Amino acid sequence: MAASIQVTVPATGNKISVPTGLFINNQFVPSVDSQETIECVNPATEEPIGSVVAGSVKDIDVAVAAAREAFKTTWGKNVTGIERGRLLNKLADLMERDAQVLGELECLNNGKPLKIARDFDVGDSVACLRYYAGWADKIVGQSIEIDSKTKFAFTKHDPIGVCAQIIPWNYPINMWAWKVAPALACGCTIVMKPSEFTPLTALKLSELIVEAGFPPGVVNTIPSLGSVGGAALSSHKDVDKIAFTGSTVTGRKIMAAAAMSNLKKVSLELGGKSPHLVFESADLDQAANWVALGILYNTGQDCTAGSRVYVQDTIYDKFLQILIGKAKELVIGDGFDEKSGGGPVVSKVQYDKVWSYIESGKQEGAKLALGGVKRSGKGYFVDPTIFTDITPEMKIVKEEIFGPVLSVGKFSTEEEAIRLANDTTYGLGAGLHSMIVSAHTFKQVWVNQYNLLYNNVPFGGKKQSGIGRELGSHALEEYTSVKAIQWNFGEKLDWPL
Amino acid sequence: MPQTFTYVFDTPVYKGTSSFSTGIFINGKFQDGSEGGYIDVINPTNGKVITKVSEGTAKDVDVAVEAAQKAFDTVWGLNCPGFERGKLLYKLSELMTAHADEFAALEALDNGKTFGWARKADIEAAIGSIRYYAGWADKIQGNTIETTKDKIAYTTHEPLGVVGQIIPWNFPLMMISWKLGPALAAGNTVILKPSEFTPLTALLMAQLTVEAGFPPGVVNIINGYGTTVGHALSHHMHVEKVAFTGSTLIGRKVLEAASKTNLKDVSLELGGKSPNIIFDDCDIEQAVNWTVHGIFWNHGQACCAGSRIFVHEKIYDEFLHRFTEKTKSLKIGDPFAADSYQGPQVSQQQYDRIMSYIDSGKEAGATVHLGGSRWGNEGYFIEPTIFTETKPDMRIVQEEIFGPVGVVIKFHDDDDVIRQANDTVYGLASAIFTKNIDRALKTSQRLRAGTTWINCANQLHAQIPFGGFKQSGIGRELGEYALQHYTAVKAVHINLGHEI
Repeated sequence: MAASIQVTVPATGNKISVPTGLFINNQFVPSVDSQETIECVNPATEEPIGSVVAGSVKDIDVAVAAAREAFKTTWGKNVTGIERGRLLNKLADLMERDAQVLGELECLNNGKPLKIARDFDVGDSVACLRYYAGWADKIVGQSIEIDSKTKFAFTKHDPIGVCAQIIPWNYPINMWAWKVAPALACGCTIVMKPSEFTPLTALKLSELIVEAGFPPGVVNTIPSLGSVGGAALSSHKDVDKIAFTGSTVTGRKIMAAAAMSNLKKVSLELGGKSPHLVFESADLDQAANWVALGILYNTGQDCTAGSRVYVQDTIYDKFLQILIGKAKELVIGDGFDEKSGGGPVVSKVQYDKVWSYIESGKQEGAKLALGGVKRSGKGYFVDPTIFTDITPEMKIVKEEIFGPVLSVGKFSTEEEAIRLANDTTYGLGAGLHSMIVSAHTFKQVWVNQYNLLYNNVPFGGKKQSGIGRELGSHALEEYTSVKAIQWNFGEKLDWPL
Repeated sequence: MPQTFTYVFDTPVYKGTSSFSTGIFINGKFQDGSEGGYIDVINPTNGKVITKVSEGTAKDVDVAVEAAQKAFDTVWGLNCPGFERGKLLYKLSELMTAHADEFAALEALDNGKTFGWARKADIEAAIGSIRYYAGWADKIQGNTIETTKDKIAYTTHEPLGVVGQIIPWNFPLMMISWKLGPALAAGNTVILKPSEFTPLTALLMAQLTVEAGFPPGVVNIINGYGTTVGHALSHHMHVEKVAFTGSTLIGRKVLEAASKTNLKDVSLELGGKSPNIIFDDCDIEQAVNWTVHGIFWNHGQACCAGSRIFVHEKIYDEFLHRFTEKTKSLKIGDPFAADSYQGPQVSQQQYDRIMSYIDSGKEAGATVHLGGSRWGNEGYFIEPTIFTETKPDMRIVQEEIFGPVGVVIKFHDDDDVIRQANDTVYGLASAIFTKNIDRALKTSQRLRAGTTWINCANQLHAQIPFGGFKQSGIGRELGEYALQHYTAVKAVHINLGHEI
């Protein structure tokens, strides 16, 4: 196939060149043994954008070998923290320079509005790279007292090695940055498998890896099907760690594969069914804004989507009306249209999945307060949908839908609210809307706000929402392994004891 | 209106023009000193005046404190998130990089160090410090602390407010960066007094803070004398902290001033008489090279200079011979000549002081093994000097000379040399040369010094803390540790249900 495709941005006619090969050792190459390709589709129009090489199991071997070689020679302990920080800052500069192009590509392949892709997805990613650039020369261990007359002990936080990273399609650029930044800051090398739905920005970003000056093999990018490349990475004997963001179903497979192969370290960031609790003391207008954001941002395609909301009975009717009004204000449309506040869902598969949940909601007896009617015409558009009169056993209440579909329930006491909120196998985010403080058992609790993430605040799930943390200083623990060195300078050992 | 200083460099190692205001820098603007005075800046290679700069006084400090407080209350401190502070610091480091050669030339001009050393040591370290602290700005974290179910408790590490910083003339730009980096990263506003001997790089740096986008009042730089500006900062009731690098003598005054006024936080980085211990099982050639660097780097004008060189008797003669030959090969000359290793001492005052120590050594009966005299006919150049056959109570053994004068002392056993090494009021640094790791660790553990260099000397890194034991100072610079001196801990207790 051609080395690159010229992708046309519909709104402007601009052409963006995207390399189509597998990115290994700072070069874009064909597969060693396969002719398979991945076709990328514009979800707003259902038109194909272009195709890229699909990596095979053998290609994964080649990429892992390249990453291992780089780790042993030009990266890992062979590069200083200062240099790693400098390169990450340089990469951030380049992303910032190319924000418009990256935003356009993201909008085209994922569907999200261009201004959100450019200003938030790319903007937050640039900040994430800079944040971890700042950590690169600050990864410290401890010196530990044992017996000052004879011994000295200290720890080093060594880079863990070759890291496989599998990212989803909902925030392709942002997920790429969250994974790449801490891994590189710690001195690890990477084999990155972007989602087969949205590989284009990962390939484009690989060009920036070269331009920034990272040595060959430090970052490798292999678009591939999950069942091929993802499975190969999870069970690879020479991968030291795997980081996965995606569904709980796939997360299980990855953990199992790690267990059956080389017990590689695993971190998972999985699904959620995050609840909001709106108490009577809340500022209802503000709470409605945050709840709307929580389920409609990114068209509900967010692991922390606030997909359940429980409203105190005393304010239920009033709040529901405000909320419906807010949801109606969101315009879902083509991401290149200035008026769009949200885009289509990413693919036919997702579109069908979301609609099947909407149908099940109707069948199981929930009431539609908003939405529920398919559009005609092209594009995987799902309009804001609100169900009321829910019961805990309904599929729409228990399972992650990953679309702009909200379930609204009622409670009277705080105990009841907490019980309803916790009644889930997930444990990712929770929103608490109240002027009165209360304890909660979720891991990512937002008080009087929702869904805002910051590069210096850790993020991750409890229960079946995941293992490990991203962002903040905690992410560094995922990419380092602690070596303890005990130095004897004064004890002589008698033998036998 | 303060004058603009314009200087055309036309030298073998650097050609370029430098131009900047010579005013005092308050609230984002350069202005004349309130009393209209000036300070001459002298070229130490020939004693001639390069230019004059505006002189700040106590009144200017008052104005600066007001500006710095206003900035802290409105656009800096907790009003500016860490990642924004980090962005500005990073931008500043990029601007410093763009002006790196110019900075090196200015440093060589009024300090006398060679352009080569300024460029590869001072300027690189200065840029590195600002970049390092840019990375800390959004990572200043407190703790959440478990007590009971009824309480959420946490600490925050907040900026102190307006801080005063007084720096010396030996590494002007590097000292500015060591001070500004952590102070600004933590969210403080700053009033910095450069040394009146070496104000040039500070003035260019002030200009770059404007270009980088720091809001007015966040960084203020006031040239002036210690007895006026320095005194005012140390005594000011609304300066929350003072950081001083310089002599132990003045350090005392700064601490005393704080105690008599508002008990402001004080950190001090003072003098040293650091021991360099050469064991008989060392790599002699490397030990010689590091020893030369330890005492002759920066013309001996380093607080951490390895100025007492202890050599084991078994290798004494060989070491002394090699050390002397190596020292003889050091080229003294114009700071802008490509092959110069050492330029003049910074000022007439310093020259006189060092020469008087050399005289005292001669008078006390020590042997001048090498050097001991002025070099050349103009400027403040002194030959690299080595004394031997000293006695422990000699002034050249006890007191900090701050010049290219090393004292070489023979020793026979570990316990004795460690006792001698520690027999000083100072405790800034130390160096150990041995191939035996047990010996290295044991010795480093027993030396009372803030830094122990094993098989190296005078190595500074932005990430590694630096500071003194005993009368060499209070507190640490560099590394994460520096942030402790620029933040105050607030503990917050939230009661969830405990009723009384």
